[in-house]
Amino acid sequence: MTTEDGVGVEDLLRQFAPQVLGSLVRRYGHFDLSEDAVQEALLAAALQWPEQGTPEKPRAWLITVAARRLTDELRSDEARRRREERAAAEVPSDEYLEPPEPEHLPTGTDDTLTLFFLCAHPALSPASQLALTLRAVGGLTTAEIARAFLVPEATIAQRISRAKQRIKASRIPFSLPPESERAERLDVVLQVLYLIFNEGYTASSGPDLQRGELTSEAIRLAREVRRLLPNDGEVAGLLALMLLTDARRAARTHPNGSLVPLAEQDRERWTANYIKEGVALVTDALARTPLGPYQLQAAIAAVHDEAARASDTDWVQILALYELLERISPNPMVTLNHAVAVAMVKGPRAGLELLGTLDGDRRLAEHHRLVAVRAHLLEMAGDRAAAHSNYRRAARRTTSLPERRYLDARANRLTRYAP
Amino acid sequence: MKYVALIYSNHGAFEAMSQAERDELMSEAGGYLKEFTDSGELIGEGFALADPSTGRTVRVRDGLPAVTDGPFAEAKEQLAGFYLLDTESLERATQIVTRDPAARFWAVEVRPIMDTAGTEM
Repeated sequence: MTTEDGVGVEDLLRQFAPQVLGSLVRRYGHFDLSEDAVQEALLAAALQWPEQGTPEKPRAWLITVAARRLTDELRSDEARRRREERAAAEVPSDEYLEPPEPEHLPTGTDDTLTLFFLCAHPALSPASQLALTLRAVGGLTTAEIARAFLVPEATIAQRISRAKQRIKASRIPFSLPPESERAERLDVVLQVLYLIFNEGYTASSGPDLQRGELTSEAIRLAREVRRLLPNDGEVAGLLALMLLTDARRAARTHPNGSLVPLAEQDRERWTANYIKEGVALVTDALARTPLGPYQLQAAIAAVHDEAARASDTDWVQILALYELLERISPNPMVTLNHAVAVAMVKGPRAGLELLGTLDGDRRLAEHHRLVAVRAHLLEMAGDRAAAHSNYRRAARRTTSLPERRYLDARANRLTRYAP
Repeated sequence: MKYVALIYSNHGAFEAMSQAERDELMSEAGGYLKEFTDSGELIGEGFALADPSTGRTVRVRDGLPAVTDGPFAEAKEQLAGFYLLDTESLERATQIVTRDPAARFWAVEVRPIMDTAGTEM
């Protein structure tokens, strides 16, 4: 069902969700109850609009309906509380019905940004941050989120209500974080969006299609943050990284769900306009904003995406980018990928040497990705027996079915070299 | 990341417990399940399994089913119940299971559930 200008009701609702919520919280406080009220208004709209047509002022309609639900709820809450407290002490409470603030913020721009920060507040658990962001900013229902994360609806409902209780109990204000904390808090917002993206991206095949929709939702939300913070290089970098990664989605799995490594993907099936947009975004960010890890990862993805064939890949440039990334944001996963680039430029033994620096960490040494990369590099180096046993070990260590299938298939090709 | 927590108990262990111990276990188990259901980490319900002697094990060989009474493994410790966790890490799942009263009396195994998603390499 689409409106006259061709935008689907669902898209329209998701777009308005954070603005309506922001407007309610500003007027009445009570983030937790406002959020429930907005969900109810969204559900009412999703049922009514396709039948009766979209109202002339859809945003105002949603605000009015949500505000009515909220005030009803506050009144019954207040009545309940009075009944409960009457026995104890008659304490007058004006906390529940604050005087309305003057109507302002015609676009809801600041509110949406505030909501992003609130939902990704560091006091909340990562699982709660994800669920709350998708509901309060993304306008998804609890059922949709539950389907995407393959858990019962009750579990998501719990995570959301936990998060809201936490916000209430910690008296987290509905305002932008102070300037001094802004960068750090933005990091968490971006991390939440990247987690949502990855949850969907890694699942973009077969029976997990619904989970795959998280990818487009993450891109939509990243676009929204970019609209609100157009001059932030890392916001642009993250959006570019998502686009440049998602561009390969159709080519990364066979129809049967098995994984296709980057070097073997049919590049004709990559999404050209995502690549174009991603490359433009990251090029612009690199040229005019301070360097950051998302920009660098996007730049690396761009180099891969711009190669017409795997053999055309500019590994020298990728290696230089990994060296930079390792300098500004060192972590073992970066070192892993760095080792692959080293192997492509300087040969597999040099790559294996860099991998060896990770062996000191006992837990990481058994991580399937480290073992898998080692297997690949050993195979490149011609040590097929060692490659075989490392593929097998990686296959046993992974907790992903398609990865296990892929790694076992690599091992099977080398079976005759097994010791 | 999803995990299954598998409670293994010694066949005679429950019978050997005193009534007070059983009551303690039962009332604590309820509170444990509720606490982590509320935190959004324990998903679905917990299941207690009937005695292994009440079940059957099925094998099909050359198209022919062979059904035997009783459990698959003739071990002293048998699966007595299970529940699912969805946590950030194995460390967190372990931390939760440490609170399971069953772990105090018997043993609880935490195993990752394979994901149907994956990253190309």
